[in-house]
Amino acid sequence: MTTLRQKHRRETARTLAFLSPWLIGVSVFFLYPLVSTVYFSFMKYDGFTPPTWTGLRNWQYVFTDYPFFWPALRNTLWLVVVMVTLRVLFGLGIGLLITKVKTGAGFFRTAFYLPYLAPPVAATMAFAFLLNPGTGPVNNILGSIGLPQPGWFNDPSWSKPALTMLALWGIGDLMVIFMASLLDVPQEQYEAASLDGAGAWQRFRFVTLPNISPIVLFAVVTGVIQTMQYYTQPLIAGKVASGVIGGAGQQFEPGYPEKSTLTLPQLVYHLGFQRFDTGGASVIALVLFALAMVFTGFLMRSMTERSAA
Amino acid sequence: MTATAISTPVTLTPAARTARRTRLLHWVGVHSLAIAAALFFVLPFVFIFLTALMSDQQALTRDLWPDSWHWENLRTVWETPGFLTWWKNTLLYAGLGTALTLLSSIPVAYALARFKFRGRNAVLMLVIATMMLPPQVVIVPMYLFWAKQLHLSGTLWPLIIPMAFTDAFSVFLLRQFLLTIPKDYVDAAKVDGCGEFKALVRIVLPMAKPAIAAVALFQFFYCWNDYFGPQIYASENPAAWTLSYGLESFKGAHHTNWNLTMAATLLVMAPVIILFFFAQKAFIEGVTLTGVKG
Repeated sequence: MTTLRQKHRRETARTLAFLSPWLIGVSVFFLYPLVSTVYFSFMKYDGFTPPTWTGLRNWQYVFTDYPFFWPALRNTLWLVVVMVTLRVLFGLGIGLLITKVKTGAGFFRTAFYLPYLAPPVAATMAFAFLLNPGTGPVNNILGSIGLPQPGWFNDPSWSKPALTMLALWGIGDLMVIFMASLLDVPQEQYEAASLDGAGAWQRFRFVTLPNISPIVLFAVVTGVIQTMQYYTQPLIAGKVASGVIGGAGQQFEPGYPEKSTLTLPQLVYHLGFQRFDTGGASVIALVLFALAMVFTGFLMRSMTERSAA
Repeated sequence: MTATAISTPVTLTPAARTARRTRLLHWVGVHSLAIAAALFFVLPFVFIFLTALMSDQQALTRDLWPDSWHWENLRTVWETPGFLTWWKNTLLYAGLGTALTLLSSIPVAYALARFKFRGRNAVLMLVIATMMLPPQVVIVPMYLFWAKQLHLSGTLWPLIIPMAFTDAFSVFLLRQFLLTIPKDYVDAAKVDGCGEFKALVRIVLPMAKPAIAAVALFQFFYCWNDYFGPQIYASENPAAWTLSYGLESFKGAHHTNWNLTMAATLLVMAPVIILFFFAQKAFIEGVTLTGVKG
């Protein structure tokens, strides 16, 4: 009896020892700042004078008076509907294509994958150059074949499509995931479908899709979560296109042109670190937290369903 | 192709000929699409490269092809004050960050994959939740913590130190891989008198090499690419800037000179791409592991 209890105690101590880095990490770098963010969302605090209680005033300010909040939310919705959908479709298409390519497969796989590795700041600056309305190669080529030349990152109705192109360029992660899942589809199901007289589209519709649907769901949900975190690309695109750039000290009002590239994470920086409105920044952070957790809930459910199946 | 065409026409039935023609058309269709897609993925790199080597004057025009090749642009960028410091800082952040992440995350991932304990599912859920969390959610209190209490703003330490206390994504990915290692190996080692920690180091780690390589690469790239972290903690002190953060100030210093900006962009992209060619397999395996083997 005692030995059993001793064994149990020893196992608990061992588990705690293995988990200790995480226990400290999650407490200091997640739970404590989360509680603290809730606290600051009810406080007026500029980082210098001591915080004072303001009740719901920060919340009220963000939802009714802060001019950037609703545009950022609308942009996020646009990106979820258009960018995430196109990324999943394009990733699936490129994944399908690469499984069909027979000659030069290694070259194509590398070519399709490489842009995903380009550091976001570098990739965004490169696209700001490629798409700049003055001397950019893209408009240059569009003009020479008589097509209209949009203002891309300088035009509020084209800035999000331009960001979408940048996101499609970096499709490598989804390509690899779709490629692996397509190769996992049992070959005999295709053969059986062919014997039943199914054409290419029907084989895709009734064999491929049902087999890879969990991966499609995974791609959609992680895509939505990534959209909640979308920060560097819209910020850099706005900075470069507006000409306001140059490191520390330069104040940049995010969202150029005309709030069309605002996303929620940028608002945390704008309120907290440019306007020293800790309370307002905390409110945005909590909205962001709630949204991220809702979609993480979806993700966890889809993952547990998949491992149960 | 020609050889078979000469020797076989007599023996081919019309049905076989149609089948062969369909296959050929299919081949042409697939590869044309692939070439079109490859242009979309590769051309941006080509234009960056060509512009990076243009003269200052030509970079202001709509020309696509350099009149003369100015390889010295790359050196000009390299010798820009600060550029070398950003390199060193980036290597420090990425190198130390990756090492600390591995050291701290492996035991946690092992415990989650192997030990049975109360609250294990709760821990796993918290790991996934923090993995999906935008860093901006907790940045306000974190900044106050590092800047006001520990006086470490203006350095990269607020970004490096937390990695000694695990990274959620690395824990998750390693755990997924460790689940696939049969329990028998560890049990056999324990029969031979190994403790749990010894079994982890001697038996499990060598088998987990592909996953460890993937995690190391992902973490290295994460640090290399990070913009938000250095923006928050290092922006006030140019001596602590990283490449990803310094790159944008480069555009400011050279105004409309796209050639030098593109040369700098190229120099920031190059190491990541070279690293990829050396570690291609580990990389692709890692991406697959995150998505498919949930």
